[in-house]
Amino acid sequence: MKTAIAFWNILLKDMRNYYLKPPNISWGIIFPFAWMLMFFLKSQTPVDVRTVLPGVMAMSILFGTTSMLAVTITFERRSRSFDRLLLSPISLTWLMLAKTLGAILFGIVNAFVPMLIAIFFTSVSNINWAILILSVFFIAITSTFLGLFIAVSVSEVFEAQTFSNFFRFPMVFLCGLFFPISQLPVFLRPLSYIVPLTYGADLLKTAINQNGHITLGISLLVLLFFSMILFLISKRNIQHRWIY
Amino acid sequence: MHETILEVKNLSKKFDDFIAVDQINFSVIKNEIFGFLGPNGAGKTTAINVLTGLARPTSGTIFINGADYTANIKKAQEMIGIVPDESNLYDEMDGFENLCFCASLYGIKKTEREQRARSLLQQFNLVEAGKKPYKSYSKGMKRKLTIAAGIIHQPSVLFLDEPTTGIDVASARQIRLLIKNLNETGTTIFMTTHYIEEAERLCHRIAFIVKGQIIKTGKIDELMEDAQKEKIIQFSFGGKVQLNQFQQDFCLQFSPCDLSQIQESVFQVRSETTLDLMPFMSFFDSRGIKVMEAKIIKPSLEEVFVKITGIERDLMKKEKEGKK
Repeated sequence: MKTAIAFWNILLKDMRNYYLKPPNISWGIIFPFAWMLMFFLKSQTPVDVRTVLPGVMAMSILFGTTSMLAVTITFERRSRSFDRLLLSPISLTWLMLAKTLGAILFGIVNAFVPMLIAIFFTSVSNINWAILILSVFFIAITSTFLGLFIAVSVSEVFEAQTFSNFFRFPMVFLCGLFFPISQLPVFLRPLSYIVPLTYGADLLKTAINQNGHITLGISLLVLLFFSMILFLISKRNIQHRWIY
Repeated sequence: MHETILEVKNLSKKFDDFIAVDQINFSVIKNEIFGFLGPNGAGKTTAINVLTGLARPTSGTIFINGADYTANIKKAQEMIGIVPDESNLYDEMDGFENLCFCASLYGIKKTEREQRARSLLQQFNLVEAGKKPYKSYSKGMKRKLTIAAGIIHQPSVLFLDEPTTGIDVASARQIRLLIKNLNETGTTIFMTTHYIEEAERLCHRIAFIVKGQIIKTGKIDELMEDAQKEKIIQFSFGGKVQLNQFQQDFCLQFSPCDLSQIQESVFQVRSETTLDLMPFMSFFDSRGIKVMEAKIIKPSLEEVFVKITGIERDLMKKEKEGKK
């Protein structure tokens, strides 16, 4: 019960202090909107909204979660208010889950902004909503834990942003959103399959356009595996670097 | 029978080759203020970090309320309150929200934590400030609220790391009063400071810590005892006086008294035996030296500290100024 109270209040505090602040809400809307606009503008031919939707949703989650978490944790670490959490009786695992749940929810909300925009332009029939929700949830978890891994590996906010981009941009180009993996140079293709976003994007393609090429179960398992690994490494980093 | 709240045995903390805390032993008794007094870099903050769970001990044991929590200090964190040397609450939240949030970390239910927060804001004279964002607080107010946050879960022992460092004189005074009041109402306090006067005014017992080692522990009176064995009389003369004018005669007449010049016209006579004022007055009078003032000097804790640790007064003074 005590852990539940602490967990809920850490989440609530983060939501109020960070995620529900007007700049972040507007960022959450503008960012996916800008991605969609970019796809429309860059194309010489009329673009089918549904073909760009998986990419925009995946990137919205990835950029939303990693940016927010990397900044908020690094910021709290700098101001030493994170020490207050480390010194409270809540276990480190629950503390990390409480700190990341806000970003996961933020990522999920971010993912559905482009979907809401798409509803105005195209039919959303034939979408497999169960797979869509599942894939958004799993991508949000993996991306958030990637953000957590980044946040606990650096000490400055600017380092967190730079380090985030080190992962984000290669992932975006390798995951098959811009170029199908089959069209990538042969030496890059193996790299695509060690990027979690590849599996997330493929899940979204399956859900929205039924054209994913990886088995649903495999994608979910791989995302789960990445999430667990990133979480455990982050926990280990906190235990060794912050509780010195 | 004194009840021991915190007991530390042979506690050490090493960083590679550097020993920050070296085999320290001490205990904190219920309802006392126990102070760690030492210069910057003595290992005070590292010791607090180890005791509160922000750092892992290299060796040694930590007992809180009689149970060994060395391997898992996390389990003891419910029983301890921590006020770090830098106030670290949340800028965006107001004072009341900050206190409620800190209480929630200890699993205290909403009604209870709101009640405690209100009561603490009142006790700390922060009722009005409680509605304002923490970022708008002065340093003194921030420190007060941080102390309130440290005791909202009613811990068995409160750790205060340099509670008045970096704040103005008036706020520091208020905080000292607050610490005293907290202790009088039953809070056991472990505090670190490098202000000798602060330790002298607040602490019931003090441990002198230098280079990670506890040099001496005791009540203020006990620590003063050694220094008090030496009797000191201070003479202030009417004008500038040269020591060599009468040093030789003085030493012959008053052996084994020790004479030292403190200022141009101020001298101190030190002796292990009782000093009689009149022979000195006659001695100076016979040499035409006019004594304006003669007073018995009681050794301060600072002198005891200097004597025991070997750290020069000037160094401590410089540190005080540096930290301010």
